[in-house]
Amino acid sequence: MNSSAHVASYSDPVEIPASILRRNNMWDALLRNATRTAALTVLVLLGGVIASLVQGSVPAIKAFGFGFLTSSSWNPVTEKFGALPAIYGTLVTSIIAMVIGVPVSLGIAVFITELCPPRLKRPISTAIELLAGVPSIIYGIWGLFVLAPFLQEHVQPILIALFGHVPLFNMIFAGPPYGIGVLTAGVILSVMVLPYITSVSRDVFETVPTVLKESAYGLGCTTWEVVRNIVLPYARTGVVGGVMLGLGRALGETMAVTFVIGNAHKIASSILAPGTTISASIANEFTEAEGDLYSSALIELGLILFVITFVVLACARMMLARVEARSGSRV
Amino acid sequence: MIDQLRYHRRRAVNGVVMGLAGAAAVSGLLILGIILGTLLYEGFSGLSLRVFTESTPTAGSPGGLLNAIYGSVLMTILGTALGAPIGILAGTYMAEYGRNTRLTMTVRFINDILLSAPSIVIGMFINVVVVYRMHHFSAWAGGIALAFLVLPVVVRTTEDMLLLVPNTLREAASAIGSPRWLVILNVSYRAARAGMITGVLLAVARITGETAPLLFTALNNQFMSTNMNAPMANLPVVIYNFANSPYPDLHQLAWTAALLITFTVLALNISARSLATSRFKES
Repeated sequence: MNSSAHVASYSDPVEIPASILRRNNMWDALLRNATRTAALTVLVLLGGVIASLVQGSVPAIKAFGFGFLTSSSWNPVTEKFGALPAIYGTLVTSIIAMVIGVPVSLGIAVFITELCPPRLKRPISTAIELLAGVPSIIYGIWGLFVLAPFLQEHVQPILIALFGHVPLFNMIFAGPPYGIGVLTAGVILSVMVLPYITSVSRDVFETVPTVLKESAYGLGCTTWEVVRNIVLPYARTGVVGGVMLGLGRALGETMAVTFVIGNAHKIASSILAPGTTISASIANEFTEAEGDLYSSALIELGLILFVITFVVLACARMMLARVEARSGSRV
Repeated sequence: MIDQLRYHRRRAVNGVVMGLAGAAAVSGLLILGIILGTLLYEGFSGLSLRVFTESTPTAGSPGGLLNAIYGSVLMTILGTALGAPIGILAGTYMAEYGRNTRLTMTVRFINDILLSAPSIVIGMFINVVVVYRMHHFSAWAGGIALAFLVLPVVVRTTEDMLLLVPNTLREAASAIGSPRWLVILNVSYRAARAGMITGVLLAVARITGETAPLLFTALNNQFMSTNMNAPMANLPVVIYNFANSPYPDLHQLAWTAALLITFTVLALNISARSLATSRFKES
């Protein structure tokens, strides 16, 4: 008897005072709405950025129309502006960065996942990722005082001597070795994109099922054959996503490029010559831009840059999302 | 015989490619070493007490970086104070209330893009929205621009860390009658705390060295200023201006400033990492 009374007292419904319930409901609603508003803020901010850039570039769009994209004059005195040299410089520096950066990044990723002794995996990965932590202004000052003189004295003369008489190549590697220029900017960018491409590639390489790799090794494949025939095909989408991520970074990178590109609004066939990029033009000229049309032209440049990087990054994210869906972990 | 040849060829190819991969890894590490080495070599000699007690000089006169250090610290704090709370709330919504809703999916996608969006465009945006309206550059504008860069980092890490908290913990708390808000505050946040702090630290590390958004917002100030409504000196823009000047003594200060920034940022990065890994080992 005694024990059943005991049980009954446990199953008695406990009266929770209505005031406490009300208070809990209030706090719940408050937190839910506060967090929801914060999430919406992220969307509003992006919308705000795009809207203000579009609004700011209206005078330039009205004045130059589509000609802005194809004109290569940049003259603040006569107020004639064209984006072509800046767009060209942005693309060429990014391409150079990818040509150098992608193979090196993949090499590092292969080294970390396939060759590296397990004890060194973490330290090496961390060290490479620290390259992403170094602020871009540091790459800039280092590029200006260390890399540019080095390229000028030791690399560019060799390139000129080597390719000076080869048709086509003698246009790309023409002219005196300035040190600062498109090539130097591309080299700096290639170092800056290394950590991004490497860490994404390493992560997707590690999603390759061990069974697949072991089967290939069991058939007598060498490490390289396993990487080429098993790892790379399996990780293709993720690697391309990582490369696009790095490309997005390279396209928008500002300070490092501004230091070493030379800031000349012209299109030269030689990658040793000075040039400019969208972000470098903005960084150099925006605070000093006299007149509405000049500022507006720079804002339109910013809008173009934003649209290009948005598209590239969106592609990168969609590819990486496909990898995530397959492996179940977020890259 | 042919098999032998083929075997040797395959081994040779493998050796070459793996050698290249190793060389790539070595060159990556080498570059990090060279950059840090240059910073130490060039910056260390300029490090003296004067750096921390005097304001930035004009060419030819002695001076330090006090005003720039003050401005950088102040605007970093301002940016974090503005950006981190919104980021944590947004991340909380995505992981707790609105998991898998369409809003969450959209915000996640947009946030990942903002994470790598060019920071110079953010500077331009703040210039158009804040500086242009106020008619002058200000530390406020600089702080707001930095908050824009803090936000996506914090949103992403908060969401990721909260998603790692096992649902059974939440269910257990709900089963003993906790309302949702108490579950989030007492269970989810507590379990994900180390990861969320890591995210904020990473965000601080990111904005500590940011230059591009400050060029058009806080600008620079040669003198010590505590006025939030006026242009304010900061280390990155000082580096930019001094490195582009033709004077060796200003170059020296630029290197010293670069040394200070880099090692602050790397220290933040490493402590954020060790915090995250110590947490992993625990669970």
